[in-house]
Amino acid sequence: MKRAATLALCSVLVGATGLCAFEKKTITIASEGASPPWNALNAEGKLVGFDIDVGEELCRRINLECIFVAQDWDGIIPALTVGKFDAIMSGMAITEKRKKSIAFSQPYAGGFNQLVVRKELDLPPTDTSMKLNLTNIDADKQAVIDQLRTALAGKTLGVLRSSNSEAVLNDLFGKVATIRSYDSQDNMHLDLAAERIDGGLADYFTWKTFLDSKDGETATLYGPQLSGGLWGPGVGVGLRKDDAELIAAFDSAIAAVTRDGTLKRLSEQWFKIDVSPQASK
Amino acid sequence: MNTAVVLDALFTLPRGLVLTLTLTFASLAAGFVISIPLAILRASTSPWASASVLAYTYAFRGTPLLVQLFLIYYGIGQLSFVRQSFLWEVMREPFWCAFIAFTLNSTAHTTEVLRGGIQAVPQGQIEAAQSLGLSRLRTMYLITFPLAIRIALPAYVNEVIGMLKASSLASTITLLEITGLARQLVSETFAPYEVFVVAGAHYLLLTLMITQAFRVLEAHWARPNKPPSVAVASSPKGGRPKPFLTTAAS
Repeated sequence: MKRAATLALCSVLVGATGLCAFEKKTITIASEGASPPWNALNAEGKLVGFDIDVGEELCRRINLECIFVAQDWDGIIPALTVGKFDAIMSGMAITEKRKKSIAFSQPYAGGFNQLVVRKELDLPPTDTSMKLNLTNIDADKQAVIDQLRTALAGKTLGVLRSSNSEAVLNDLFGKVATIRSYDSQDNMHLDLAAERIDGGLADYFTWKTFLDSKDGETATLYGPQLSGGLWGPGVGVGLRKDDAELIAAFDSAIAAVTRDGTLKRLSEQWFKIDVSPQASK
Repeated sequence: MNTAVVLDALFTLPRGLVLTLTLTFASLAAGFVISIPLAILRASTSPWASASVLAYTYAFRGTPLLVQLFLIYYGIGQLSFVRQSFLWEVMREPFWCAFIAFTLNSTAHTTEVLRGGIQAVPQGQIEAAQSLGLSRLRTMYLITFPLAIRIALPAYVNEVIGMLKASSLASTITLLEITGLARQLVSETFAPYEVFVVAGAHYLLLTLMITQAFRVLEAHWARPNKPPSVAVASSPKGGRPKPFLTTAAS
């Protein structure tokens, strides 16, 4: 009870002063360390990346001592629930499915997904910097989607199996295009380079690495930056459901770093663009 | 156990049956035809013929089918000269890549199964045929091969069942046969347990049907090995199908 009160009081103070003079506790945060620039292991085997920088900033504001540990993506959620660590910061999107097992803080990054197509298809040009949130589709958004539908009719599109993108792609283009589901993003890249598929839908940052590589030279981003809808509100800190005080503390610290622009600064440092929740609104 | 998901799977997965059966039996049929000459070469006394076929069967039996499938699907897709040639019309399609990989693999296994059968044919039967003045080709066609197939049949059933199960690997190159549909359904329902139990039941049922079919075939083929008088005499009473080339009135 004392700990809960301490953290609650701290989280109130964080917003106002950025300081918290109570006892310092230690928590362990897990990260995959294999999804740059979200998180990666550097030459010394130390975790680095956006998740880690944001995590350290959040901990500083809650007055927690944070230790980051690397944990493979498979089993990262079960390991949290059995108490091997206290939080997950690993570019993990907040989804309804995951919310059945664990709790999430407020989102600390928006992130978005985008279509990629082969350049030689010569599709009608689109504004690739436009933002399209699929949560509430109005007439204007529907018009954009219809345009994409017409352009992609009869094409073959790839997507990562079991991803939220698969559900979105089937929902948006399942009736007009052939959808192929891949068991890994890399295999989908190979087929795109081999011209077996005309395009695909995936997380923007995953595409970015591919498009910047030699294999990705023949492909290009297409259509608006898609978010919301089945993708959920964004990337959050994964926490145990019964750690109510920790969830509240992270929530207010995230609100504070969003408000004062710290999140925007870290985001631009790692991603070259602003992925803070404010930017995707 | 979520009954709604089970029902969903029971309605969804049969849609993959046609593709599963096509992949399995088309590859088996092609593999069988190609393996006949290969098995004869492999069983021959010429070390060169035998060794070159052995190199092929050794390579394809000694590596995982998944690796072969990936090499054919993703590997060949990497070669730009293939992509610019007429071959690409075939190789760009996941179905044909799976068919080619499965056929090459099945040919290797079937070749060794038939080779075993050919080598198990009693030497005396071949000598008897030759003493009757049959040519080597006719001996092969009339004596060695029919006997070899019967000897090899139990081992070949394993290859058929193995191929049926291996066809599930096609799901790794985006084909939606039974396993592909199951994996897709899992990603929609997040209920792997229910969906894969139903998928497994599909394969179990197909395996049962295959073993039964081969049991009938074995019984049918086993008959002519008995003395002719016994076979003819027992057939009407035993309720077996009438021997080929006998008149109904007899």
